[in-house]
Amino acid sequence: MAESKQSAEVTVSDVHKTIRAAFEAFDYESNNTVDVREIGTIIYSLGCFPTQADLHDLIAEVEEDHTGFIQLDSFLPVMSKVLLEHKFPPIPEDLLLQAFEVLDKEKKGYLEPEELMKYMTQEGELFTQEEMDEMLTALADHEKNVVFYKDLISQLTIDPDM
Amino acid sequence: MGCGVSKSNQFKNSGKAIKSAVLIQRWYRQFVARKEMRRRYTWHIFQSIEYSGEQAQIKLYNFLGYLMDNFTPTSNERNLISHIFRENEVCRDAEWERYFCYKNIEVPDIYSGPHLTFPLTVEQAVGLVEAFRNKKQLHSRYILQLLLETWKQLRLLPNINRISTCHSKEITICGDLHGQLEDLLLIFYKNDMPSLEKPYLFNGDFVDRGKDSIEILIILFSFLLVYPSEVYLNRGNHEDHIVNLRYGFTKEVLSKYRMHGKRILKLLQKIFSWLPLASVIDQKVLVLHGGISNTTDLSVLARVDRHNYVSALRPPKKRHQSVAGLSMDSDMDEDAGSTNKVFQRRPSLTFPKALAKDCFQNRSLQDFSDRLRVNTVEEVESHQKNRGLLGSENETSQSCESINSEDEWKQILDLLWSDPMTQDGCVPNEVRGGGCYWGPDVTEDFLNRHNLQLIIRSHECKQEGYEFCHNRKVLTLFSASNYYDVGSNRGAYVKLGPDLVPYLVQYQASSMIRELSVRQSVGRSERSAIKVLREQLFAHKSDLICAFKKLDSENKGRVSLSDWATAVESVLRLGLPWRIMRSQLVTGRSADGSIDYYEWFNELAIKGANADHIDQSLLETLYRHRSTLETIFRIVDTDNSGFITMEDFRQTWKLLSVYLKMEITEDAISDLAVTIDSNQDGSIDIEEFMEAFRLTDKKSRLERGRSMFMGTATDLTKLEGDPNI
Repeated sequence: MAESKQSAEVTVSDVHKTIRAAFEAFDYESNNTVDVREIGTIIYSLGCFPTQADLHDLIAEVEEDHTGFIQLDSFLPVMSKVLLEHKFPPIPEDLLLQAFEVLDKEKKGYLEPEELMKYMTQEGELFTQEEMDEMLTALADHEKNVVFYKDLISQLTIDPDM
Repeated sequence: MGCGVSKSNQFKNSGKAIKSAVLIQRWYRQFVARKEMRRRYTWHIFQSIEYSGEQAQIKLYNFLGYLMDNFTPTSNERNLISHIFRENEVCRDAEWERYFCYKNIEVPDIYSGPHLTFPLTVEQAVGLVEAFRNKKQLHSRYILQLLLETWKQLRLLPNINRISTCHSKEITICGDLHGQLEDLLLIFYKNDMPSLEKPYLFNGDFVDRGKDSIEILIILFSFLLVYPSEVYLNRGNHEDHIVNLRYGFTKEVLSKYRMHGKRILKLLQKIFSWLPLASVIDQKVLVLHGGISNTTDLSVLARVDRHNYVSALRPPKKRHQSVAGLSMDSDMDEDAGSTNKVFQRRPSLTFPKALAKDCFQNRSLQDFSDRLRVNTVEEVESHQKNRGLLGSENETSQSCESINSEDEWKQILDLLWSDPMTQDGCVPNEVRGGGCYWGPDVTEDFLNRHNLQLIIRSHECKQEGYEFCHNRKVLTLFSASNYYDVGSNRGAYVKLGPDLVPYLVQYQASSMIRELSVRQSVGRSERSAIKVLREQLFAHKSDLICAFKKLDSENKGRVSLSDWATAVESVLRLGLPWRIMRSQLVTGRSADGSIDYYEWFNELAIKGANADHIDQSLLETLYRHRSTLETIFRIVDTDNSGFITMEDFRQTWKLLSVYLKMEITEDAISDLAVTIDSNQDGSIDIEEFMEAFRLTDKKSRLERGRSMFMGTATDLTKLEGDPNI
């Protein structure tokens, strides 16, 4: 019984409101600017899954004059487009599982910390050591000290509610 | 994608591996960012509630004070609340000794806790730390003795401690401890206990919220007595009996010390008022609990009679009036009359109305009673019978003194309650209800005027345990780790040597952190904040339904996600990202994404033992103001028994209905009372009463027996061995 008003399509003003709310969380001085280093967090928290490269491109579009700050006025239209076009959709669980299985060459069902570390810090869009340490602390099973990736995926895949 | 890949095709392999790595990195980074966002709004929720509780307490206090001054109720009602306005009338030493005499308190043979002899020795102080680590409790006889000695010592101290780091002695400074003994023990473990070589300064808020406030006080006071030149204490805004009524210290003492708790609390009132207000190290570093304002003047602060400010929330007692003649046990009515002559109330310097700020960080969870625009003047006039008590002859004699007193009072209030802000200037701190928000320009000016280089303060919880601001000229230091919830924040202490360069040490109590699994650490803090938020939503059910109906023009009982978020924000006005949080707040969801709001309220509903037949709107009111209600109960319960009579119960509701400007019929109250007084003996168990209105849902059955009515989340989240997590 979906009315056109209540259809699954979100309107532009809805999108604006959501972006604004996320932006404000990091707007410490209440002057509609955020530190460029926080933009990644904002974009991710809006349910998008960009790569680092995607992020850099986005930031280049919105940042002015390398001030290190991003204005809401610049951010809003660019981000709205991203959301309305579903530009960086979430990763389906099965794809994620396959990705882990590729890394798990011996098909053990889990990854040793060293295995994971090798890929995360040497391949793709490299993790810093800090990111790596944090990931292991968060994801590794504390008793066995390995990463049971199958369980993790279902636990941690967050339902996007956009 | 097939799973079997030919081993010889290395290039294809590594291409796949890279792609997979990128995918995982993308996924993980998103996960971390989502976590960070949730952490932020979780923090915001907790902090809003904490500050709104403070604000509500001040509002309540002001309201009661106004009633006292202008309203002449029947003697019953006066009895209810007058005793919290009674000054420490016992001033003559002889009377003191009699009232606080510990000598006739016997320590039974079965007592297994520490025994104290005075003068106190180092071994005894250290022994106390050990005893508390082993969960022993100190006997009330020794507590009273210790407090008396402490009081004598504190009286000798100036308003502003002057500390020197000569002889290469480093001083260790600690921030808020809030009854969290584990943190104090951790500090002593990492940094050693106070000694001649190890001076310490504790910057206020030793009590409230945590469960071992009295133990912390005992330890601090013991070391103060043993090392009077090495241990320094500053007063915090929670060293105040009015605040303690809401935030748990009063309750803790009364439940640990059923017989003598009241005496202990009374003596502590005096002791709190004698705590020094601030400390200056090497004439260069100022340490105080809250902060400053653009009118703060250390020379004024150095001269005040600090002990006149038993609570920072009320005006000082008059010096000219003779209070000495009154004894503890004088008749209520006699007291009431003289009380009014003595305590000429002036307009409150605290701010009962919250100013709505539009930013996510600065929003407060407002106590919505203020939206009802409680105009106590009107209300009171309609109830007034007799205005005779406020003698106008008192006013003229007080007026010349009143200006100076009011200045002083503001100085102290600012010192204990203010918070720094990023913008320049100085504005009233309406989120908390007292003190100011002060800016970097005020800091600069203040430091120059007083020839100082750094301000160290506490009062605000910080995720890392500390935070610099105002160009590193202000350092906030907070020593209660896991304050909002397990894993919410670290604690920190600072060491300052003759070079006056702050050296910070962080820690986090509870080894539980490391053992939490992923799911646990992600969700835990957030779950408890969400729980608190759900309560708020339930408490505003009527307003929310109204808002939903406006958006549900076809009256289908459903609204879109977007409308839902708009409606919720318009009622609660918290500036939270509701759309992002929807999945935690609304479990039901139809195919088209719309929300059935009646169904939603069923989900949130209170399921109390006897609550079913009680009027829903009354229930909602009660739920919304339960913290205030509980506070009033504790005020009314003059003998601190944990029980109040039916008559007092009715009077309480009358008070509350005036305060909230609400109609609560006699019948409704009777129904309520009868329901709660299940054994029909004419008295109501406060705990039981509050318990009956707890918000319970399927997931939180573990909450029974835990009070969350202080309006904080700390109590409800410290679940030992919770299998559900």
